[in-house]
Amino acid sequence: MTPLDTQSAPASEAPRPGGMSTFLANLLDVPRSLYDSIVRHGPPTSDRTKSQTVVSNFFLHVLPAHIHVDSLKFWATCGLGIVTGVLFGLLCVTGILLMVYYKPSVAEAYDSVKDIVFVVPTGRFMRNIHRWAAHAMVAFVILHMARVFYTSAYKAPRQFNWLIGMVLFVLTLGMSFTGYLLPWDQLAYWAITIGANIAQSPRELTDALGVTSWLDVGGMQKELLLGAHYVGQEALIRFYVLHVMVLPLATCIVLGAHMWRVRKDGGLARPEKPVPAVPPPVSVKELPASTRSWGLMAVVKGQSPHVGAEMEDAVPAYPGALYAIAALSMLTVAASLVLGYLFDAPLKELAAPTVPENPAKAPWYFLGLQELVSYSAFMGGVGIPGIVVLGLGLIPYLDREREDAGVWFSGRRGRTVAVASALFAVAWTVLQLWFTVRFGWLRNWYPEIPQLAITILNPGTVIVAVFALWSIATVQLTRSTRLGAIALFTCFLVSFAILTYFATVHRGPNWDFYWWPSMWPRH
Amino acid sequence: MPGRLEPEPIPRRDFLGLAAVWSAVAAFFAAAIGALRLPMPAVFPESNSKVKLGPPDAFRPGSQTHLPEQKLWVVHDEGGLYALSTVCTHLGCIAGKEKSGEFRCPCHGSVFSKEGKVLGGPAPKALGRLALSLAPDGQLVCDTMTAVDPATRLKV
Repeated sequence: MTPLDTQSAPASEAPRPGGMSTFLANLLDVPRSLYDSIVRHGPPTSDRTKSQTVVSNFFLHVLPAHIHVDSLKFWATCGLGIVTGVLFGLLCVTGILLMVYYKPSVAEAYDSVKDIVFVVPTGRFMRNIHRWAAHAMVAFVILHMARVFYTSAYKAPRQFNWLIGMVLFVLTLGMSFTGYLLPWDQLAYWAITIGANIAQSPRELTDALGVTSWLDVGGMQKELLLGAHYVGQEALIRFYVLHVMVLPLATCIVLGAHMWRVRKDGGLARPEKPVPAVPPPVSVKELPASTRSWGLMAVVKGQSPHVGAEMEDAVPAYPGALYAIAALSMLTVAASLVLGYLFDAPLKELAAPTVPENPAKAPWYFLGLQELVSYSAFMGGVGIPGIVVLGLGLIPYLDREREDAGVWFSGRRGRTVAVASALFAVAWTVLQLWFTVRFGWLRNWYPEIPQLAITILNPGTVIVAVFALWSIATVQLTRSTRLGAIALFTCFLVSFAILTYFATVHRGPNWDFYWWPSMWPRH
Repeated sequence: MPGRLEPEPIPRRDFLGLAAVWSAVAAFFAAAIGALRLPMPAVFPESNSKVKLGPPDAFRPGSQTHLPEQKLWVVHDEGGLYALSTVCTHLGCIAGKEKSGEFRCPCHGSVFSKEGKVLGGPAPKALGRLALSLAPDGQLVCDTMTAVDPATRLKV
């Protein structure tokens, strides 16, 4: 007993600092203090704490603290980018689950997929969801690109983010293509054989020029892709590594940059409010010293949603934007689940390297290309896709007209050009396909014609050239590069859709023309 | 006056700093290119490209024999034997022989004559002719990796 204890004895009813009682109090307080250590602000009731909810949360800080009311309207974005991102997340989750059972070896791959379908609990369901989400992701990437294009959302200062989007488009196609081989069935085997030979198709050009012996780009690409001269174990492992590791990781990084740039480029594109003839009187108020975050925002050069008069129409991103994202996520996942429940992903016979499928068709999004490939392997598989991707990427640098971002088709004239171009593209593509099916092409007329002539002049290159001319004529006629871009983009979108439909429905065994698949000859 | 022709002198410290950064960038790129050498295969997994097709007497004069496993037809015409590959020169599918004797590719519709010449479709060149020879034990051997001139025949 020390004198100190004796003195404090009368106060023993009050909680004593230190000792067991404090420990117990702390223990009881753990849930609350844990929560307080994670969330350092009050409940999101005031404008300030709503902003803090978003800004101080790692997962929410992709959102701005404030978002313009117009940006939350459906037709501002149609939610297409969010849906694409959610699908990617869903693909990651289902993909990891499938990896638990899948074995990337020629001897076991097909059997392990059969196990997933017939033995693994929920395996068939997960595989179906993975397949449907993959197809949907390709579709939504294209739709998202179309939305961004038609609302001028690629214009300054968002040009570079359009390029990042192009990279994501190519990565998405790459993930689809590499995933296609993994089941090791007939569909997979022949689609990848064709794909690998498309990678080799620059040989068509180098052969025609007679330089293959010392510059065999095509051969190198095929060897790099397959690790062999045929689709076998080496190819399967390479595609597996690309599919489950390299491409998704690259997509994550590029997707992060894409979303970061959306914020840094001034948020979602939307029309500026018409400038009033008499500017409203500016009132200067003494503002409290800015917080660190606001201070940083002030350093940002160029446009920022936090600067200027726009702020008055802004609402806190919490909870409006969060609700929108949550609703879209639920819809996307629900739709994928329903599709996966109702429709099974195909699994054909085990791959047979000596008996090709007849017809051997690529997945739908490559079927338009397959039609072009049936004119010239190099042009259809490498040349024209390369020109299209390059052309798409250059759009924001060639069309630099300052324009109200966020207006669909840039107004009435743009809508007229889009409709006219769509009709023209339908007419020309159908005419071109009819002509090719009815009369054949150069090889049928002049069997001895050098290959280079066909590589340069085939139905695919004719379509590209005609659309380019149509677009140049539009620029000349309207004196507007934006309208020219609308003409070109619409033509390619419509033509892509028609070629995809044509190759899906009207191409049968031996790539012959049939009115309906039911008319295919049966063996 | 500083301008394009007489730029402002860069401080030595900045110059050395820039030189350091850019040499680091160059080094990383060189390393990346070196790393990319790894996936380029030095040895291919293919088994021996030479396959034995049995005794040459099995291929009688005037006969055409389909060997689906080897993806080829062995033809015996007036000049002798030749091997015609059925791997389509367009994108590597296997062309099948029609009743008319023409070859048609199921994938993109290329058409080849009986002798393998291109008649239609996207194929850039004729079906390959593969090297035939006789093994020391008298069997017919086809080298599936070696293409030969269409006029080449193996006399037996």
